[in-house]
Amino acid sequence: MRLPRLENAGVDAWLVRLFDTIDEANMPWLMALCRGCEDAFGTALVDLVPSYTTLLVHYDATQLSAGEARARLANILADLRPNEEAAAGAIKEVPVWYDESVGPELERLMVATGLDRQALIELHAGHEYRVFALGFAPGFAFMGSLDERLAMPRLDTPRQRVPAGSVAVAGRQTSAYPRQSPGGWNLIGRTPLRLFDQHREEQSYLQVGDRVRFKPVDRAEFERLGGDPRPVPATQEVRP
Amino acid sequence: MSETSMADAAALRVEKAGPLATLQDAGRFGVRRMGVTQGGPADLHAFAWANYLLGNDWGAAGLEITLGGLTLVAERDLCLALCGADLSATLDGEPLAPWQAFTLHKGQRLAFGIPRAGVRGYLAVPGGFKGSPVLGSLSCVTREGLGGHSDAGTPLAEGECLRIDAGALADASAGEARAVPMEERLDYLAPAVLGLIPGAQIADFTGPSLFRAFHAEWRVDARADRMGVRLTGPRLECRLDGMISEGIALGAVQVPPDGQPIALLNDRQTVGGYPRLGTLTPLACARLAQCQPGQTVHLAPIALGAAQSDYRRFIAALQA
Repeated sequence: MRLPRLENAGVDAWLVRLFDTIDEANMPWLMALCRGCEDAFGTALVDLVPSYTTLLVHYDATQLSAGEARARLANILADLRPNEEAAAGAIKEVPVWYDESVGPELERLMVATGLDRQALIELHAGHEYRVFALGFAPGFAFMGSLDERLAMPRLDTPRQRVPAGSVAVAGRQTSAYPRQSPGGWNLIGRTPLRLFDQHREEQSYLQVGDRVRFKPVDRAEFERLGGDPRPVPATQEVRP
Repeated sequence: MSETSMADAAALRVEKAGPLATLQDAGRFGVRRMGVTQGGPADLHAFAWANYLLGNDWGAAGLEITLGGLTLVAERDLCLALCGADLSATLDGEPLAPWQAFTLHKGQRLAFGIPRAGVRGYLAVPGGFKGSPVLGSLSCVTREGLGGHSDAGTPLAEGECLRIDAGALADASAGEARAVPMEERLDYLAPAVLGLIPGAQIADFTGPSLFRAFHAEWRVDARADRMGVRLTGPRLECRLDGMISEGIALGAVQVPPDGQPIALLNDRQTVGGYPRLGTLTPLACARLAQCQPGQTVHLAPIALGAAQSDYRRFIAALQA
């Protein structure tokens, strides 16, 4: 690990920069840092945003000065040890119906890789992914790292409406859209899971640090699990 | 729809919805690691002073009225407070200036017209509006479909009712002794100077770009909402191309490759990967949220210690 850096992020936030590159080995350190902040800041902790290489620590500036908050972080960092237990992450399974009707970019991937449909599915579903961060929308998990052969740039023109549950790839990352939203990732299938539900105890199915496996299912199983099989609309609305 | 208890009472009925009116409280916290944004009032300053007038906690749920156009009818006698933008408000047709508490009797109409100064008005009620909190907050985030009076992130719609705690009605005279200090009643038409705490990538911008950042007149673009406000002016150049996505604080001023900065506000995405000039102070965010498209603003560097003192003084004044 490089020397951590503490970067100011406003009157009530510090960004702790631990690493410079994306690596699964970062996760035990980031998880340990999250735990350390929860313990050391207590009620003065407002929010934490872990992501790939950094942790944003938002504290209550009416309780702590910037200097005091910085000193607490420096103390945590001085004794920081990777938290292998926390970083082992929960294993989460995500069933996916891989099909051109709900994953129109499967074809683009076949052309780009020269692989057939089955080989593509095996490549995507045959790997365990790590959740590096959540963002873009509630429950949207940035997962990596995707096999290099599947790495595709984003669409030139993002879709106005990506259906909820769409499983997608972009660069060396993969994710699933928790709800209908605009988006520019390549769609390859759909999960029947509700990835975010505000009324559930664990609102987000996926959490930072989780290990995720995609499990191919057929259309019948997808529908039995509550999935909506309507195809991705072929024509895109044009912005006025 | 939100569950209502016996203690809740209908307070205001929406006769005409206007472009965007949403319930906001202090914001949604402890949830950003799930990708859920902060929410809360875009103009913390006016929002908090409205609550102050009624003796509420500064974060009690109030109504954020964007660009006017809203008409409300009182379902019972109410003491209300209005702060922030001048949205040509009228009480049964008589002009009503912001920065004051007032009484609205049952059946009377509170109507908002077009914005004369500022963008967002804030309406407070004794004890705050009531609803079903989502993830600990009533703040409405339309993009996420979370919070608000309906708990599904929808703005106010015609025919809907806003509810308050029936017990709070007894406090309707609490605001009479309180006033917003004159110097806090901001002139939103005046050029705004926005305090910016320089951030970690400040040295990655070219020298001329840094000079321009703090000396140019920046124009508030029409692309401005609760997620962020784009500023147009000279092109700023940064030696960093992109960055690995990381947590984004309120007020972060990011500079995408087109060189035009974007100040990120309450409904911003939780992570992002553009280099940043630094972070606007909370009061600078509040001021920017009242700038109409085409207005000019200046960015002024401010030291972290000074910015934190300003913020603490502001919060302390509300608790006086």
